[in-house]
Formats: sequence, structure tokens, C-alpha cells
Amino acid sequence: MARLRVDFIACQGRGLCAEALPELITLDDWGFPIVSGQPVPPRLWPDARETVRSCPLLALRLERVNR
Amino acid sequence: MTRSAVSLGAAVRPSSAAAPGALPRLLPLCPPRPPRPASLDSHLSRYGPPPCSAPGQRDMRTLIAEVGRAGLTGRGGARFPTADKLAAVAAGRAPAVIGNGTEGEPASAKDKVLMARSPHLVLDGAVLAAQMVGASQAVIVAHRDALDILGQAAAERRRARLDQVRVTVRAAADRFVAGQASAVVRWIEHGVPAPTAMPPRLSDRGLGGRPTLVQNVETLAHLALIARYGARWFRSVGTPAEPGSMLVTVAGAVREPCVLEIAIGTPVGQVLDLAGGPAAPLHALLLGGYCGAWVDAAQAVGRPFSAAGLAGLGAEPGAGLIVALPAGACGLAETARVVRYLADESAGQCGPCRFGLPAVASELERVAGGRPADLGLLRKWLGQVDGRGGCAHPSGAVRLVRSALRTFGTELTQHAAGSCGGTAQVLPVPSPGPR
Repeated sequence: MARLRVDFIACQGRGLCAEALPELITLDDWGFPIVSGQPVPPRLWPDARETVRSCPLLALRLERVNR
Repeated sequence: MTRSAVSLGAAVRPSSAAAPGALPRLLPLCPPRPPRPASLDSHLSRYGPPPCSAPGQRDMRTLIAEVGRAGLTGRGGARFPTADKLAAVAAGRAPAVIGNGTEGEPASAKDKVLMARSPHLVLDGAVLAAQMVGASQAVIVAHRDALDILGQAAAERRRARLDQVRVTVRAAADRFVAGQASAVVRWIEHGVPAPTAMPPRLSDRGLGGRPTLVQNVETLAHLALIARYGARWFRSVGTPAEPGSMLVTVAGAVREPCVLEIAIGTPVGQVLDLAGGPAAPLHALLLGGYCGAWVDAAQAVGRPFSAAGLAGLGAEPGAGLIVALPAGACGLAETARVVRYLADESAGQCGPCRFGLPAVASELERVAGGRPADLGLLRKWLGQVDGRGGCAHPSGAVRLVRSALRTFGTELTQHAAGSCGGTAQVLPVPSPGPR
């Protein structure tokens, strides 16, 4: 189980993540990512990992959720 | 008087000779006029010697367990169990200890009053906390109003060779967000009073990369008394779920605005009476702090001032602030002024806080001024700001606004048609100064 988490101190609202992973990431009215706190569905894991890697500010993380 | 420290094994048993029976525990029993800090001698004669000799590790574990039995929680507002924090930091290597007396909350005075009246109790607690986690020194970051008194008290102890741990006192940054624990660490280390990202937790990596304990100064004062008189004594006031006493600041439309020490769970109306009672018919109360919640005064007076007692009203004791809003004031205008202040006080690090709070403040100012406003848009923005920051600042501001929309429904209707007629300004908002 894993979910996306934004480090808002690092995030500058470039918006690449929302373009790369619109299934899970939208933008607020000021251009900062809104991620769901829900677990990332397994079919989207590869895309989520790629999106995390492509954030220029390393502000997006895929966090393991312990159940 | 003997200043030899007692062994900790003895200290965690109640020493009935000195254990104070009633409140206040932390503040002077008979406040001298004009107010002045308790000297080291008067401190020691009231409470007995500090509970910090040269304790071994086993004693420390015993004492942390005693703090756990006491049920002490953080008095800065987050109510985290103190024993858990102590144990986490004690498990790390070369830990650091910070006493947090920043109190950036404009209407709150409880930490300033505690540090200014009972500086040695805070210092006892800082020394003890350092010994409990195995730190060689402690730093207290204090609001400038209490800085000199605390510094003089620390010097008095050094001259008396009282402590085996060196305590230094430093000036806090004068900003609202500066009191957040990670901001205190960053302030000490880099002179920047802004929160840092979590993880890592401070108890894993804080000051200089070391496991760091950050405790509010009131929490430290309680710690110093639990070590002297034990858990059973501590729990003799308060509720079983929320034991002990707490300091509260009562401000606004009461006859004698003041800082009080109450048993947790004391009915809100009784707390107002202890501050001389309402100075005018009351409309609402702001509870907790500027990131707290408005509640209807009539609904709140019968409720216990505790997390459990206030939960049904959507409020929390927070940092112990109670501000009484008189019927002649406008809750929406008060909230708009505070939210603008909170927006200005944002560290500006996180987008939703940096851009969202000013947007929320502007919309709220339109509401307060009786100008056309979009409440739907306001509520949408509240949702877009809530929970989306590196610290709790944006969520706290959202909480305040949502509580205002709940509590001041009548004014909302009146403002839509012009004005509610409220004029009084109650909540203090510092004017922006040079930063």
C-alpha cells in the first residue's frame, strides 16, 4: 500500500505532476497539487513512481502505508 | 535551607511535607504587588529542592514512567503525551532539549506570566528534562517580555551551583508561526523562524541533526512538580482522561482579564467568573487561540474546559486562551482582522498558505464590510487550504473561519443586507513591524 504526499515547503507549484498523473493529482486555484489521501491503486504504481521521480523539486513522495 | 538534591527514587513518591494541596500549583500563592518573580530562595522554600541530582539511567526510566502515569500532555496546545516524547528522545544519541516560551499568540499571556512569576519552576523543568533524556544542556527560547527575568534566574542558579546541566536562555522570534516546534529549532540554528518539513520528526533529527525534545515551558513546570510530588498528586485535580491543572489566559469582555491556573475540566462559565465575570452581555467566546474556534457563549458556559468537554462545540482548550466577545462586537469583523493577520504571519513557504490565506482574508473582509462576497468560493478555498501546509498554520486559520461561519450566522444574514452594527474591537492584532 502506498499513497502520494506533497512536501508543500519544497513544492513551488510547477504543476508537472498534475499533467503526468491526472488520475490522482489535480491543482488548486493557485496551481498547487491536490493529492488524494487514498492508497494509490496498484495499476497506477508505475505512473506514480515515474511522476515522483519527475518532480523537479523532489516535493512529491510515495509513502508506504502500514495497515 | 538545604539545597542538596534528593534521590529520584524518593522524588517520585509524594513528599507530603511540601506537596501543595490546591491551586495554583505553578503561579504564586499570594501574588506580590507589584508583581515580581519568585526568588530562588522563595522557590526552594515553597517547593523543596529540585528533583535533579546525579541520577542513573534506571532512575530516569522510572521517572519517565511516572510522568506517563501522571498523564501529562503538552501545554503548548498539541496535548501530545510528554512521557512518549521523553522516551523517544531518550532512546537517541546525544539529544538536545529546548524549552519553548515563544508564545507568539497575540492574545495569550500564560507562558509570559509563568516565566516572569515562576522562572525557577521552568528552569527546574528544563534541567530535569535534559537529565531525563541524557542531554548535557538545555536551551529556553523565551518571549522578550520574560527574557530578562528568566536570564537573571538562570544566572542566580549558576552562582548557587544548583544544576548539573547548563541552561541558556535565548530570545524568541516575534512571529506567530515562530512557536511551532520545528520553527523554534530552525530559529536557534539558522535564525529563521519558520517551520521545516516533517519527516524527519524532531525526536529523530532536530537541532544539529540530534534527537530533540521541544517542550512548552508550562509543560516543563508541571514536569518539575511531578518529579517532586508524583503522579498521584498530579492527578488529584483535573479529569481522569485529562489530569492536572493548566494555565489559561482570559481576555476580552471580562472584568479582570488575567492568567489563571485551573483544574482541567473546570466549567467555562466558572473560568469567566474567576476573571471577574462578564463585563458585558456575551455573544461568543474564542477558545484555544487564533487558530482555535469561536463558540456561542451561552452554549459554552456550562461545558468543561477540556478536550472532551469542548469537542461537541468543535473547539479545543488549545493553548488555554479564552476571549470573551461582547454583544456589541462583530464576530465576522474580528475574524476578518485576525485572518488577515494570520495571512500576513504565514512563513510564506507553502503555496496553499501563502496564496490561499490572503484570498480567504480578502473574501472575509468583503463579508465583514457588507460588500458583495461569494461564500461558496470562500468555502471552496477553505477546503483547498485545509491540511495543505508544512505546519498546522493554514489548517488553524481554516478552523477559525469555519467556526466563525458556524457561530455568526445571524451576522452573515445582516451583513448580506448591509451591517450588523457591531463596532467594538476585541482581539488584539499586532501591527506589522520590521521583520
